[in-house]
Amino acid sequence: MNNEPMIRTVNLHKSFGALHVLKGVSEHVSPQEVVSIIGPSGSGKSTFLRCLNMLEVPEEGQIFFEGVDITDKKVDVNLHRQKMGMVFQLFNVFPHLTVKQNITLAPVLLKKKSQQEADDMAMELLNRVGLADKADNKPGRLSGGQKQRLAIVRALAMEPDVMLFDEPTSALDPEMVGEVLDVIKNLVKGGMTSVIVTHEMGFAKEISDRVLFMDDGMVLESGTPSEIFNTPQNPRTRDFLSKVLM
Amino acid sequence: MSFTTICENIVMLLREYWHVFLIEGVSYTLLLSVITVFFGAILGSLLALGKRSRFRIVRGIITAFVEVIRGTPILLQLYFGYFILPMMVPALNLSAFTSICIALVINSSAYVSEVIRSGIQAVDHGQTEAARSLGLNARQTMLRIVLPQAVKNILPALGNEFVMMIKETSLASTFFVGELMTSYLKVKGATWLNLESLIIVGVIYFVITFTLSKVIAVFERRMRAGE
Repeated sequence: MNNEPMIRTVNLHKSFGALHVLKGVSEHVSPQEVVSIIGPSGSGKSTFLRCLNMLEVPEEGQIFFEGVDITDKKVDVNLHRQKMGMVFQLFNVFPHLTVKQNITLAPVLLKKKSQQEADDMAMELLNRVGLADKADNKPGRLSGGQKQRLAIVRALAMEPDVMLFDEPTSALDPEMVGEVLDVIKNLVKGGMTSVIVTHEMGFAKEISDRVLFMDDGMVLESGTPSEIFNTPQNPRTRDFLSKVLM
Repeated sequence: MSFTTICENIVMLLREYWHVFLIEGVSYTLLLSVITVFFGAILGSLLALGKRSRFRIVRGIITAFVEVIRGTPILLQLYFGYFILPMMVPALNLSAFTSICIALVINSSAYVSEVIRSGIQAVDHGQTEAARSLGLNARQTMLRIVLPQAVKNILPALGNEFVMMIKETSLASTFFVGELMTSYLKVKGATWLNLESLIIVGVIYFVITFTLSKVIAVFERRMRAGE
């Protein structure tokens, strides 16, 4: 059972107009695996991640999530998205709801929990990320780091099987990066399957089981963090890593 | 014609004809505007909804309708409502007032549908993505996430549409339906005091629209502060 990857993509292609962003990506993510995706801007990493829960619909190729081809038009992708948490670069917390309601909305609306159960769980999650005292505030006045922590527990409230992180710290002030990375670290230590698009090389090196290097719409290299960061094989990986601060 | 004479005439007109201006005129103007914006908002919402339809033909018809309404003068549309509408459906036996109302509602709906559409569009797309990524379907996302935020953009704009309509209804005086501008025509006809009647009506229009604009601005600020 555990040999079956949680997510498997087959030959994904995606274009935006004339721009060919993904040029045949075939990858897999195993249960409890933590995969980081690194690469230069415009390499297609975010697009690839956004394809995984069909926020971007690929023109070609398939995505199997827990054995189901979610690119199949007959499949109700909403059901599968409930099992895939996503965290965005710009947080996208819901400004018209309180912090607690941000968390409870989806589990209650999608009938996974009663309001009472969801409220209890929300408080527990908020405690875990140190936001319990903000439960009844609107998120408008939260800092970026607090918003992102809220966004993470909002996704966790659906009890997903996998978490997708789309550059979760890129929009943060430097002093807030740490608090968000700590939350993610704790999460993956607890065994959460995760796919993380990131520019934080040290972070990727520390927590990943596997690192993918993407450039020009393709995965050019894949390996353990030490393979990718210490002995990169592909010249473009070497070139990219030589340009980023570690 | 001295300033004092004008002032005296205005006082005289207000004493003699105050009910024509303040009771008849103002109430018909407000009634027309309220009816227009209320039904215009309902019809406009339906149009905005239809514009998001899956069916291209529905979207096409609505776009064409909105463009035609916005691309022709409102006075022309009132003529259409006054003369052509009762002819096309004689069975309904439409009164002048009803015909004018229908024409105004149709006109307003086109503008309101644009107000609603842009109000929805102004909500950050990331909100939709976040909701969809949690597993909400398109309908739940619209109702629970996008619309509650869009309302903050839409309500003040609807208020401004109401203020606009108060002024636009003056065109209905062409058909003597009894609103403020008709009051002017009546009083001017009876007294030949053209300037004085105009001043009175102008001041009334200004007081109504200015007050309403301020009320809307306060309301808008309160709503923004709620975030």
